[in-house]
Amino acid sequence: MSKPIVATASLAGCFGCHMSLLDIDERILKLIELVDFHKSPINDIKTFTKQCDIGIIEGGCCNTENVEVLREFRKNCKILISLGECAIMGGLPAMRNGIPVRECLEEAYCDGITVGENTERIMPNDEELPIILDKVYPLHEIVKIDYYLPGCAPRADLIWEAVVALVTGNELNIPYELVKFD
Amino acid sequence: MSEKIKFTIDGKQCEGEKGRYLVDVAAENGVYIPVLCHWKDVIPAGSCRICTVKINGRFVAACTTPVEDGCNVENNTPELQDIRKAIVEMLFVEGNHFCPSCEKSGDCDLQGLGYLYQMMVPRFPYAFERRELDASSPKIFLEKNRCIFCKRCVRMIKDEKGKSYFAFKGRGKDLEISMDKTIAANISDELAQKAMDICPVGAILKKEVGFATPIGQRKYDNVPIGADIENLQKTNGGKK
Repeated sequence: MSKPIVATASLAGCFGCHMSLLDIDERILKLIELVDFHKSPINDIKTFTKQCDIGIIEGGCCNTENVEVLREFRKNCKILISLGECAIMGGLPAMRNGIPVRECLEEAYCDGITVGENTERIMPNDEELPIILDKVYPLHEIVKIDYYLPGCAPRADLIWEAVVALVTGNELNIPYELVKFD
Repeated sequence: MSEKIKFTIDGKQCEGEKGRYLVDVAAENGVYIPVLCHWKDVIPAGSCRICTVKINGRFVAACTTPVEDGCNVENNTPELQDIRKAIVEMLFVEGNHFCPSCEKSGDCDLQGLGYLYQMMVPRFPYAFERRELDASSPKIFLEKNRCIFCKRCVRMIKDEKGKSYFAFKGRGKDLEISMDKTIAANISDELAQKAMDICPVGAILKKEVGFATPIGQRKYDNVPIGADIENLQKTNGGKK
């Protein structure tokens, strides 16, 4: 039997969850015995060319590109995991969620005390740029998510235990210390 | 001396004084019933319902229900665990609880209950309401995003004339916690500390201190909430 294939992505996150994945240290050698990696920022494969078994996604959806990538993952992965606070509840980027987008953009580009001179009140508006959403969405409010691993960042041991349990089919019994929201 | 009575919690024989609140008597018998709004010897509010138990088949709040002789209390059953987990989830989606950026993280009772019931994701959609932060007092922040309306501060933080520093404003979805700016301007260090300590979440914070305890050494980093009362197994949502 061939190895399960894993794909990962970082949407509106800080890449900390991916860093935490690397914190499994030398177990990464065991990991590549257990699974193959496909599309992921770690190996820089940018497009899906085959169906994957597990998709691990960090970060919430703050713009149209995030939504597109997330939907592509849902289409190409049998199991999708929300990794970290941003994926699960929007995280720090979602601190803007109660504030109208216009107000946020005006603060960031026109009126904020750290903004230089912008007398014409220009805001980024190139067609190449993804459109910012009305709020930052948790992943499960856009597509179906199968598993959730909380933490900011999720502890490396939690990611390790979860992925190993998933590919080996063993029961996951998470120690209290590993599930934290910060 | 008041009358001694006997009753059971999940089949365990317990005893206590008639008329006292179940949640306190349970604690004295080594049984943990979770609380967020309750504080021993303060008039109960019964507002958070996290202490919901079943007595003789009926759901009641353990913080407002006096113990009766011979009653059979259900406490740590799968049904009640799920109800309590749902309450925790509702509180998480109703406010703006960004744990990674909160100074109370690790010492927060709401978060502690999230850990106890292994909340991986709330089953309800997030509200993301816009709420303000009141930083007008020189000693404390009132971070309304995190308030869970337990009313502990309203009931317990008062000046020498008995006037509350905090109060509820509005009703229903417009309900918010507010602070009396005039008296809060002169709140003592001692009372500011007490306000922060009794707040079950990070809604009241003392200024100029914070993040003092390193991650790994905070209240609920290694030990679940309620462990001082009952030895709950650490891995499966408080199930025995």
